[in-house]
Amino acid sequence: MQKVYERTTGILPNTVSGFCPGCMHSTVHKIIGEAADELGQLDNLVRVEGVGCCGLGQFYVNHDATIAAHGRACAVATGIKRSTPDSLVYTYQGDGDLASIGLAETMSAANRGENFTVIFVNNGIYGMTGGQMAPTTLIGMKATTAPGGRDPEVHGYPMHVVEILDQLTAPYYLERVSCNTPQNVMKARNAIKKGFQYQLEGRGFSLIEIVTSCPTNWGLSTLDSLKFLEEKMFAEYPLGLVRDKGAEK
Amino acid sequence: MSERVFMKGCEAIAEAAVRAGCRFFAGYPITPQNEIPEYFARRMPEVNGTFVQGESEVASVNMLYGAASTGIRAMSSSSSCGISLYSEGVSYMASARIPAVYVNVQRGGPGIGAIQPAQQDYFQATKASGNGGFKMLVLAPSTVQECVDMVYEAFDLAARDENPVLVLTDGVMGTMMEPVVLPPMKSDEEIAELRKKFEHRAIIGHKRGENAFCRPGSVGTGQEAVNIEAAKLYSTWDKDVEVEEFMTEDAEIILAAYGISARISRVVVKKLREEGIKAGMIRPIKISPFPYDTFANLDFNQVKGILNVEMSIPSQMRWDIDHAVQGRTQVNDCLRSGGQLLTNDQVYDAARKLIKEVL
Repeated sequence: MQKVYERTTGILPNTVSGFCPGCMHSTVHKIIGEAADELGQLDNLVRVEGVGCCGLGQFYVNHDATIAAHGRACAVATGIKRSTPDSLVYTYQGDGDLASIGLAETMSAANRGENFTVIFVNNGIYGMTGGQMAPTTLIGMKATTAPGGRDPEVHGYPMHVVEILDQLTAPYYLERVSCNTPQNVMKARNAIKKGFQYQLEGRGFSLIEIVTSCPTNWGLSTLDSLKFLEEKMFAEYPLGLVRDKGAEK
Repeated sequence: MSERVFMKGCEAIAEAAVRAGCRFFAGYPITPQNEIPEYFARRMPEVNGTFVQGESEVASVNMLYGAASTGIRAMSSSSSCGISLYSEGVSYMASARIPAVYVNVQRGGPGIGAIQPAQQDYFQATKASGNGGFKMLVLAPSTVQECVDMVYEAFDLAARDENPVLVLTDGVMGTMMEPVVLPPMKSDEEIAELRKKFEHRAIIGHKRGENAFCRPGSVGTGQEAVNIEAAKLYSTWDKDVEVEEFMTEDAEIILAAYGISARISRVVVKKLREEGIKAGMIRPIKISPFPYDTFANLDFNQVKGILNVEMSIPSQMRWDIDHAVQGRTQVNDCLRSGGQLLTNDQVYDAARKLIKEVL
């Protein structure tokens, strides 16, 4: 019988992800492996991992990896990519990591047009530390540090990372995707692959924002989380291409 | 191979690093060390190296962490309050056992302090350069020539131990010009060979199954084993103690000083000798590991007093001297701070005061 699907070798064999039920991190790891595999880059892949739930990925990936301090992944990746330019380098960061404590590193790496790929997982909350408010938390959404819900008078408004980066000249490719349906998983995989491809071509900075759910810290069932994701998160963070300099040509 | 040139301390530091095979530098502007990044910005393109002006000290030290984790010889530099921001990255490098070199061209703190020279970061350099109780070799040059030699050596020490190494200097040496003999330039082949030694650990994209992981920490109960390994390394550093004993053999009065203060103290020791006083100087060349034994094994029937000469208020190295001496002789301080330089006269007067008290 013909094998039509097999597990990517980009994640360790015989390993089961420890991410919470309904969390999309495991899917994202799978499609990173698939995208790198399709480009023949699994033996040339470097992961710079942020702090938070994204940091759990180190136990599943089957490629070189380093752990950056909270927020510093884009600085660490700058040092790595500049020192080993032929390696395929990506950062894997959550919203607290990338958009709060690491905002300077993210913006500056993007502004320099560093030639690596950022995979930004936005679930609107701090997961690992137990549900604190993130820069991306929706208005009215409850968090342990915003128990009455995010109040714009006090906490400001949700931060739109790809749109902010779109103000800079250097970034080459910016897209927002999700993993809520098989179709969107395919789109997310293609986006990651495109970011990797551009890096291999030396085009510079790419960021793929993946809007995901966090049933545990949203306090919702996995199915209700999907509903919340599609109704509320996508309304704030519309999916789609923000910039693709490669397509403009 | 060697050549003698007239160079400013900061530029000599940068050139020595290039000659040692450093091919990555990241740093952020701060006085009085700006000539280091500026020199690298000009020099690195000539040797196919990388210079990055980081968006902050925090970013720069994390770029250093990333670059060094690929096995390339990498360096950064900053000054005092900038070095405070290095704590995070340095602690990560110590935890993950990444070889890297960084330089602190000290100014007068705490806080933003003064931009003028001082030795106000001794505790930070030797006791707690970041969280977690790690240790580093800390080299403390007292001439521009030593800046050159120590930076050159620092890369070898970092590679030997797979641990960060700090070169602690100050704004006097950073901005002063002196004639120096530059070390030989390592060839591209030598540099490639050095890099190869770290290849198994390098974060460069290995084949599946042979992957390298750079982990500045551990999960579950694994961290204790990491800390035990690090402590094992630190326990081998007795061999790395480096100290100069100047005219101490018959000395009744010892001036203790490192770095720039030692240059001033040396002049005063010579003057006191001319005046018939049996004075000498102990100069820690590395301040970590500290030469405790040199102080502890002094003949306290002969040595009547020690003068700790330091450009820091309050005194800091005094703590290590006291730890070694254990009250067996009187220890006085001679201090300036906040960018005010010690003078020969001030150190001389303080030595004379000590002599009056103990002889």
